[in-house]
Amino acid sequence: MSTAPLIASLPLVLLALTAVLVMIAIAIKRSHGATAVITLVGLTASFVSILPASSVAPVVIPPLLIIDQYALVYMALILAATAAVVLLAYPYLSRRSEHKEEFYLLLVLAAEGSMVLAASSHAISLFLGIELLSISLYALVSYPRAEILPVEAGIKYLVLAASSSAFLLFGLALLYMSEGTMDFSRMAAHSSDLSGGFVPLVGTVMVLTGIGFKLALVPFHLWTPDVYQGAPLPVTAFIATVSKGGVFAFLLRWLAMGGGASPTLLLVLGIIAMASMLAGNLLALRQTNVKRLLAYSSIAHMGYFFVAVIAGGTLGRAAGTYYLICYIVTILGAFGSLLALSTGARDAETFDDLRGLFWRRPVLASVFTAMIMSLAGIPLTAGFLGKFYVLAAGASSEAWALIIVLIVSSTIGLVYYLRVVVAMFTTPDRGEIPTQAPALGVTLGVALTVLTTALLFLGVHPEPFWTAIRTAASTLD
Amino acid sequence: MILLWLILIPLLGGAISLLAGRSNAQASRWIALGAAGLDLVLTVSLWFNAPTGSRWMYEWDQEWIPQLGIRFHLAMDGMSLVLLLLTFLLGVMSVLASWTEIKDRVGFFHFNLLWVLAGITGVFLSLDFFLFYLFWELMLVPMYFLIGIWGHERRIYAAIKFFLFTQLSGLLMLFAIITLAVLNQKATGSYSFDYQTLRNLPLTPGMARLLMLGFFAAFAVKLPAFPVHTWLPDAHTEAPTAGSVILAGLLLKTGAYGLIRFVLPLFPGPVHELAPIMMTLGVIGVLYGAFLAFSQRDLKRLVAYTSVSHMGFVLIGIFAGNAIALTGAFITMISHGISTGALFILAGALQERMHTREISRMSGLWKTMPAFSGAGLFFVMASAGLPGLGDFVGEFLVLLGAYRANVNLTAIATLGIIAATLYGLKVTSQVFQGPNKNNWSLADLFPREWVIVGCMMALLLWLGLYPQPFIRLFKPALENSAQTVASLHGVAR
Repeated sequence: MSTAPLIASLPLVLLALTAVLVMIAIAIKRSHGATAVITLVGLTASFVSILPASSVAPVVIPPLLIIDQYALVYMALILAATAAVVLLAYPYLSRRSEHKEEFYLLLVLAAEGSMVLAASSHAISLFLGIELLSISLYALVSYPRAEILPVEAGIKYLVLAASSSAFLLFGLALLYMSEGTMDFSRMAAHSSDLSGGFVPLVGTVMVLTGIGFKLALVPFHLWTPDVYQGAPLPVTAFIATVSKGGVFAFLLRWLAMGGGASPTLLLVLGIIAMASMLAGNLLALRQTNVKRLLAYSSIAHMGYFFVAVIAGGTLGRAAGTYYLICYIVTILGAFGSLLALSTGARDAETFDDLRGLFWRRPVLASVFTAMIMSLAGIPLTAGFLGKFYVLAAGASSEAWALIIVLIVSSTIGLVYYLRVVVAMFTTPDRGEIPTQAPALGVTLGVALTVLTTALLFLGVHPEPFWTAIRTAASTLD
Repeated sequence: MILLWLILIPLLGGAISLLAGRSNAQASRWIALGAAGLDLVLTVSLWFNAPTGSRWMYEWDQEWIPQLGIRFHLAMDGMSLVLLLLTFLLGVMSVLASWTEIKDRVGFFHFNLLWVLAGITGVFLSLDFFLFYLFWELMLVPMYFLIGIWGHERRIYAAIKFFLFTQLSGLLMLFAIITLAVLNQKATGSYSFDYQTLRNLPLTPGMARLLMLGFFAAFAVKLPAFPVHTWLPDAHTEAPTAGSVILAGLLLKTGAYGLIRFVLPLFPGPVHELAPIMMTLGVIGVLYGAFLAFSQRDLKRLVAYTSVSHMGFVLIGIFAGNAIALTGAFITMISHGISTGALFILAGALQERMHTREISRMSGLWKTMPAFSGAGLFFVMASAGLPGLGDFVGEFLVLLGAYRANVNLTAIATLGIIAATLYGLKVTSQVFQGPNKNNWSLADLFPREWVIVGCMMALLLWLGLYPQPFIRLFKPALENSAQTVASLHGVAR
């Protein structure tokens, strides 16, 4: 047996080992600091092992996984984002009274699930990945057990995610019934022979339903605002980034293999994309809670991402991946800024918490403004180049309707992004003293600095990233 | 490289000013003044040392994102040079004009002011469409802060309206830019955002029309052309003095500049085809703006509407399709920048003294502040098109050129000059002349204001009496932009 599969799967193996180590460490002695350090070291080790893995890639580990450059790019992204979430979560948890250590265990497991999705080439590994991710998330969402909102959000997420998993499973069963295989590449080969048919179409739509739920696309978005609001801030950041990253990776790979090549399906995807862009931005207009606002904005951003997905081709996939990276950096930064304002008692989430921030904490306010500007797609930030690539992909596949909707809806989006910025520079009323947030800790400081730098780097000098992503995306052709 | 410095100086100056402003407001003002002044001096020296004969006087071209053919390409010709002179002149003036007006957060104010200037400089210098869009947006965000933080009563509304109008139209332009690049990729195999390359890209008439409208949307909103001018009165009225000066004097000019630099040479066919519509929009703007200006009660709002009127002339001149009208449009751009900028500075100074902008509460100011009122009369008359001052030259040339293109429209547009006299006389008679009903006792021009007013008067006289040095400077660039359209018009006749 050659060593290539072992080396290629090293990132997955090391992360699984980290989970075990964290568990053992908790059993020996509870220590918040030590657990966080073990987690970070494990994540770093797994991240570093991507280098040797990429030297042997692509490697197929039959029948479940395929580890190619594309999967590795997503794994790197997932690991980096998870590490950022750990940095954001550490000061947050240390201010709270619950058991802190299991949080990291769940985080690592969820990241592992997401990474499996990125490398999945088989229905079984798809389902394994999604379930590993979801089940960890149920617990993470309702991690502060003593409070009402998180538990409510957790139950909501549990019920809806479980039913969406059921859809996914049934869809996969239907696909298996008509194609006779659970391997996606062979499935695609068969379906092109059969040229459609009712059962595979229904199966495909059901799989998409499951995926649409995870990505919070309209009309499967109903859980998003409540879960974003109810979950503790670091978990919200995790749901918005890592949980979506893996699903994306799978979706792009699946479509590239020909899973959704039929025109009917593209039409359905197009309608979903337009509905997500418009509904997300319109519903966000009326929010007064920043977490809910970001939840609706995330729906819109998934819509933008779908424009690149529908455009397809190497350019479309690369644009989508670039967009995702930009979005992850931005949204982590946004939630990180909110975390920096939160106290032990409650999360900073209303406009009142932000009022006058420019004059109280100018640096933090500038960071948060940069993140909001990136979400709005203003140049010099990552969000602009992401949107630029998406537009370029859309234009080269002549998806005019989608582009027009994108332009109109992102102008609508600007209204509420500007409201956030306005809140930061209005002077608070006299007599109303905003709660003093604790000073920025080291971990949060490091995380925000790195994220802001990445935001500007991605927005000004995209070349190295773009080259890597394009190479990775071309491996799917 | 010198071109890059023109952009970097305000960027760095803004950052230093921000830091200095934390401990010392006065230092922050001096740094901002120094940065804008240094750029002005540099530009003047570029003017004196300008090489002749080549298409671009100065150029700086670097690779940026090679996979998409995006380059960091700056270049200066006579047209950009004149506009940059205006930019830094008004930059210095607006720092001076806000010397005592702005007392809060002085560092951050000058940071935004200088960054707007940097964005505008970039817009006037970029020859890469991607870079152009970048600077186009870069001037937006600090301007939004200028209006939103230091503006007057309804500043938030005005700032958001300004941002939304510009952003939506800007995205349409971005879409057109990307489509151009993609079309170039389909035709030649590689992406390009380069001005020269895309100028030579053959387009089908239908596609050219659509793309032209994408660009036109962005430039028409900035200009502003009727009917997308509605953000202007709000933004100009609510902005602090420096913001109004930069909006009226420079931001509007970026719209006209875009039309001349990009729309005319890239889409000669549709420009020729849509010229009657565009000229009609211009004529409507001229009359409608003047009419609304006449009926305003708020002094700043009145001046704001006169901008709509003057920019109508610019629009007519650009689309008239001959060199005379285009020259006129360009001179109008420059002199409107100076005269309207000065009017906004005076209106701001009045508001600082009287704490009101209501025309009905002012009257007989000549008695208490004769020098100030005299200056006011001068700039109002310049704006109304008094011969001997810059605006007259520009508007006269526009009408002269437009007459060749369309007699009826020109005849109607000429009424705009009469309307301008009406609002000009309204301001003089109701603000400066008459009895001093409210017994105002106000300080006359301060030395600092003497400097501002004196410089701007001298320039308007220069433009009005001997515009030749400027015309010689920008004429070759204008002709280069307009050559294809002009030939089309020639064929049509």
